[in-house]
Amino acid sequence: MLLDSKIPEGPLAEKWEKHKFNVKLVNPANKRKYDVIVVGTGLAGSSAAASLAELGYNVKAFTYHDSPRRAHSIAAQGGINAAKNYQNDGDSIFRLFYDTVKGGDYRAREANVYRLAQVSVSIIDQCVAQGVPFAREYGGLLANRSFGGAQVSRTFYARGQTGQQLLLGAYSALSRQVAYGKVKLYTRSEMLDLVMVDGQARGIVTRHLITGEVETHAAHAVVLATGGYGNVFYLSTNAKYCNTTAAWRAHKKGAFFANPCFTQIHPTCIPVSGDYQSKLTLMSESLRNDGRVWVPKTTEMAERVRKGEVKPQDIAETDRDYFLERKYPAFGNLVPRDVASRNAKQMCDEGRGVGSTGLAVYLDFAEIIQRIGAEGVSQKYGNLFAMYEKITDENPYERPMRIYPAVHYTMGGLWVDYNLQTTIPGLYATGECNFSDHGANRLGASALMQGLADGYFVIPYTIGDYLAATAPKPVDTQHPAFAEAKAGVEARTEQLLAIKGTRTPDQFHKALGHIMWEYCGMARNAEGLQFAKKEIQRLRKEFWSDVRVAGTGEELNQTLEKAGRVADFIELGELMVDDALARNESCGGHFREEYQTPEGEALRDDENYAYVAAWEYQGENQPEKLNKEELTFENVKLTQRSYK
Amino acid sequence: MAGSNPNAKPMNLTLNVWRQPNRSTEGKMVEYKVKDISPEMSFLEMLDVLNEDLLHAGTDPVAFDHDCREGICGSCDLFINGRSHGPEKGTTTCQLHMRKFSDGDTITIEPWRANAFPVNKDLSVDRSAFDRIIQAGGYVSVNTGGVPDGNEIAIPKDIADRAFEAATCIGCGACVAACKNASAMLFVSAKVSQLALLPQGKPERKTRVENMIEQMDKEGFGACSNIGSCAAECPVGISLENIAILNREYISAKATSNNLA
Repeated sequence: MLLDSKIPEGPLAEKWEKHKFNVKLVNPANKRKYDVIVVGTGLAGSSAAASLAELGYNVKAFTYHDSPRRAHSIAAQGGINAAKNYQNDGDSIFRLFYDTVKGGDYRAREANVYRLAQVSVSIIDQCVAQGVPFAREYGGLLANRSFGGAQVSRTFYARGQTGQQLLLGAYSALSRQVAYGKVKLYTRSEMLDLVMVDGQARGIVTRHLITGEVETHAAHAVVLATGGYGNVFYLSTNAKYCNTTAAWRAHKKGAFFANPCFTQIHPTCIPVSGDYQSKLTLMSESLRNDGRVWVPKTTEMAERVRKGEVKPQDIAETDRDYFLERKYPAFGNLVPRDVASRNAKQMCDEGRGVGSTGLAVYLDFAEIIQRIGAEGVSQKYGNLFAMYEKITDENPYERPMRIYPAVHYTMGGLWVDYNLQTTIPGLYATGECNFSDHGANRLGASALMQGLADGYFVIPYTIGDYLAATAPKPVDTQHPAFAEAKAGVEARTEQLLAIKGTRTPDQFHKALGHIMWEYCGMARNAEGLQFAKKEIQRLRKEFWSDVRVAGTGEELNQTLEKAGRVADFIELGELMVDDALARNESCGGHFREEYQTPEGEALRDDENYAYVAAWEYQGENQPEKLNKEELTFENVKLTQRSYK
Repeated sequence: MAGSNPNAKPMNLTLNVWRQPNRSTEGKMVEYKVKDISPEMSFLEMLDVLNEDLLHAGTDPVAFDHDCREGICGSCDLFINGRSHGPEKGTTTCQLHMRKFSDGDTITIEPWRANAFPVNKDLSVDRSAFDRIIQAGGYVSVNTGGVPDGNEIAIPKDIADRAFEAATCIGCGACVAACKNASAMLFVSAKVSQLALLPQGKPERKTRVENMIEQMDKEGFGACSNIGSCAAECPVGISLENIAILNREYISAKATSNNLA
């Protein structure tokens, strides 16, 4: 299959305007004749559902949570970027575009990223109008801060809980449409399959998590806004329920999966404390604006710290290595996430890590506390400091934080064209669920921007182009494809319940996570990846013969839910390994040890790998087929990323 | 792997847990023992240990709501030793750590108890009443697009900060569970205050407060008697002041209301 990204012709800055004019419109009187399913109610899903309903479409919105407001967008801390240039510091749409393409290590599509930068300014206006209480200056205008990887202050924020405030804004817009009857909300409903009719997406199969009832739903188009797959690693900063099931089932029905190996490891997370650990907690990247990252200069000193013989605050300045400031004088502690993470790992590999496990580096606030006082620091980061203390029982005002990289975001996802349509007609993917805008590494404060850009300002235009070419005839679930998909879901549930093995879904999930983290994590090599592939295949066999699920399918059964998600993670894990093996270069979050510069930085191979890897499912136990979308760069020059 | 405090001793605990198969079946307290609980664990990680034990023993694990496990999604909702989210002030259940308990402790774990929050199963309750209250008016009626520039209207910092404080409500329902009347006033007041404070929310402030209160009453939440246990138990510190604002908004709306019913 030839991949057509449908990038409009013409100069970069005019593409989106022209495209908006060229897409077909649906007659206002006809909009109410179209049903659209939106799966997921995070930023991308809620904003899409609300905006589509406002236009007049009948929207069915699905979430597996008890309320749309619980989606994991809620946990985003630091902020949202927009090229407003309110600070008069040289920002522009082009600069945000440029930073994003460069930050993504030149593996993103120029046209999509430019559009993202263009609509970023409208997002802020929209959120303010909804009553989102962004941080403000004393003069009453919106405040900004600089954020990882950017040299301008373009990040809008609401203390350390920007995601919460943005999601509650989108949730309020969604709730308003529920009240108007334009959105029908299905809570506690998990999508377990996509229904295809005549090669087009026509509906979904869901399981109601409280009653266990398996239901089918029809629509003229389906939008997946189901988030990322970081939980393939078991431990990540994702919420516990975050999973790949909806996207993976769509993939198995024909939607290509793009760049699955592009996962982001966030440098500032609270380190693992024990085997029982169920998730990792992020400490916002904004902390790197004022915190300084360091480890002891010598392994001997590090050893003494690990044993508790020396307190970090008592170590003399001369015995500390502020390694990011030393290696990257221009960007210092604000280097992009992939660079910061890799360097922290390197310090720990050298034996200079701290904490009882040696898998941590310090993030030190002593200097800013001295400069603006504890009160001032509390104003900026109070909730983060409190969260850190709750989890670690250590006071970061007195003792530097311990941080370590953790899986945070997945740049890969369902392949989409410029219209955010997948390779299945009528199936769209928005937000973290798609692959489109971040290349091989996402910059801080860009996930919220992309989720809301897709939902508020892209999909409402582009979905019309598809619907206008679809007859406004009512759709229902009578077609045999619905019964067939439903039967498939029910059979799988039965199968999971019937195995009655000895290991729990969590045990399998942890085993998978261990393989992924060790061999497909911050650094990868061909030998390790080949080993991982075999291990995952073995794990998959064991899962289907030895997993243990109690209870029945006709009730709230959280073990059953988990088992289904883990089964899909195992399959995705293997594809991630295949993708990492096939990409013989290093770029962004994908660091292949065989491909690095003499200074240990990622070494890209633009001649051979400037493409999007779009994987096509070929059937059970068949190797997937690699399709390539070549990336062309007409507006930025490909260079070795340097933050020195 | 050792934790940040390698000297912390593991604990053995007795748990009294509410078990209820579904909404229409009666529930009861059931006693369980858990061993070797690290003080570094979160409360939910301790329950994970219990559930893995139960599953290995062939028993149905305890259902409980949780998701982000970092105190922001509002999913977790346990009533621990008679208190919403347990003994630590300003903390959700997922952020409560076992170091707040001692070896040999007996811990009682119940779901939120309120008529408006029926039990789904075990410790999981149905809080959709909160969504319906928001749907009754917890929004500003603007469509996507066509809005003024974000800096068009200056908002004094102290007003923006107060609106933000109210907006940080996570919708967990701890306030309802803590209230002897199972009142939802703190939850409703947080949204009403946020939008009443901001210029964007002012055009609809009268209808908003009337409609949200009406929905709140319809859902079967109790009346507010100004005891303040809601604010005392709120994990994110939503202030009682918001209820005062809500009352003022409601009275002034009613005094000039167009809804004569």
